Amino acid sequence: MTKIITNGLNLFYGKFHALKNVNSGFGENRITAIIGPSGCGKSTLLRVFNRMNDLIDGVRTEGEVVIGEKNILAPATDLVALRKKVGMVFQRPNPFPLSIYENIVFGERIHGDKVKDDKLDEIAEKSLRDVLLWDELKDRLNEPALRLSLEQKQRLCIARVIAVKPDVLLMDEPCSTLDPNATQRVEELMRELKNKYTIIIVTHNMQQAARVSDDTGFMLLGELIEFGNTETVFTAPSDKRTEDYITGRYG
Amino acid sequence: MRKIKETIIEKLILASGLASIFFVVLIFLFLIKEGLAVFQSVTPGAFLFGKSWYPISEPAQLGILPLILGSLLVTLGAAVISIPIGVGAAIYIAEIAPARIKDILKSGIELLAAIPSVVLGFIGMVTLVPLVKSLFHLPTGLTALSGSIMLAFMAMPTIVSIAEDALYSIPKNYKEGALALGATHWQAIWRVMLPAASSGILAAIMLGIGRVIGETMAVMMITGNAAVIPQSILVPVRTLTATIAAEMGEAVVGSEHYFALFAVGIVLFVISFGINVTADLFLHEKQSK
Repeated sequence: MTKIITNGLNLFYGKFHALKNVNSGFGENRITAIIGPSGCGKSTLLRVFNRMNDLIDGVRTEGEVVIGEKNILAPATDLVALRKKVGMVFQRPNPFPLSIYENIVFGERIHGDKVKDDKLDEIAEKSLRDVLLWDELKDRLNEPALRLSLEQKQRLCIARVIAVKPDVLLMDEPCSTLDPNATQRVEELMRELKNKYTIIIVTHNMQQAARVSDDTGFMLLGELIEFGNTETVFTAPSDKRTEDYITGRYG
Repeated sequence: MRKIKETIIEKLILASGLASIFFVVLIFLFLIKEGLAVFQSVTPGAFLFGKSWYPISEPAQLGILPLILGSLLVTLGAAVISIPIGVGAAIYIAEIAPARIKDILKSGIELLAAIPSVVLGFIGMVTLVPLVKSLFHLPTGLTALSGSIMLAFMAMPTIVSIAEDALYSIPKNYKEGALALGATHWQAIWRVMLPAASSGILAAIMLGIGRVIGETMAVMMITGNAAVIPQSILVPVRTLTATIAAEMGEAVVGSEHYFALFAVGIVLFVISFGINVTADLFLHEKQSK
């Protein structure tokens, strides 16, 4: 099943052509990695899927991005509903300066009206269990989230997104600030989460893409050069530029 | 040669640094020396909580409670007016206004800060005072309320610019995180950005209030200067600052009255100092986060 389809997607920052005619299909319950050198547009592409690029002045998009049979680039798109369905984890862990508990139930508080406390407790516990933080943090729920370690913060941010019950998880270099051990554990977490979510991860780290993803897309200067099964992309790329990048000739 | 030059420059800078502290200490000592002398004729309790201020009657009554309450009332009124408007304006400028309007508003607020207080007082006297008088059917428009409104204008630039700074300096990824979870712009502001900026905003409020408490000229011109304990916000009051400004010229040097005015200065100093220290604590809390 394909969860997200892009058709002739073009994006401009003012006059700068940042995404050039991107056509792709992201499989449901799979992890798709997007790799490429800095400035290739991979984060921009990720941010198309939850319309985060709207925050930047002078951004213009053309083409279609279909998620759940709807073109989310349509002006009438309900951004709140879209972002509930398409969650995002950022490069730098960004827990809010609130308690651990309030971070996790943030989504429920803004989306539900008059939520009951026991329902919130339930959501907090379930989300923390899903990111394997419950045992560590169950007695510290009222502590400020900013006191956690980087890895715990990033897991908390994942829990916070999961608590909103999205279908898609967008991850923008989620491990780039973590040490190798923490990275490994977050990657394991991603593998567990893919049973429930469609995951798209942008990464600088080719080894990470090779380790964790089912499909891989390679981008260069705003173009999606290659897209396919991770193993194929890494062992038998069809485009010379992909091969050059993977073998480290540039990037 | 170069080394000598360096040393001289360093020493000069050190001297200017020390000079500022030295003068503060001198001023403080002078204030204490002159002010404490009043307690030879009244007890500190009778001075602070005495209900009548008749410094030139015989015998002089030197109770500054009416003045303290006058200052507090005017300040409180100014706070009630300027805090919501100031913080609201800061949110609008930091988060909502388009770039062009933002520039216009920011220069407008700087301009407001640049108006001398005597000019504000004068404008208040000819416009606000008659308005308050006719609006509330009062015998005089020279009231605590008029003073509060005028002082709110003076507190606002401080509150707006520091609070706007605090909001602007919150990491952008807080806002992005909230929006990515499906929060509306207002939810992101209310639930994430304001709590994140709270210490800076509190500092802004404290500094704004500090400015109001120390303000003299405008309050002297429009609060009516009646040294009685105010029963409502619609009566004339006299503040600590206005008392010193109005009476120092006529007080005989070395008299009880003269010492009492210095003691009023000490009270004012303590209040301002307290407010500034609190504001400082909030600002530091923000930095250590």
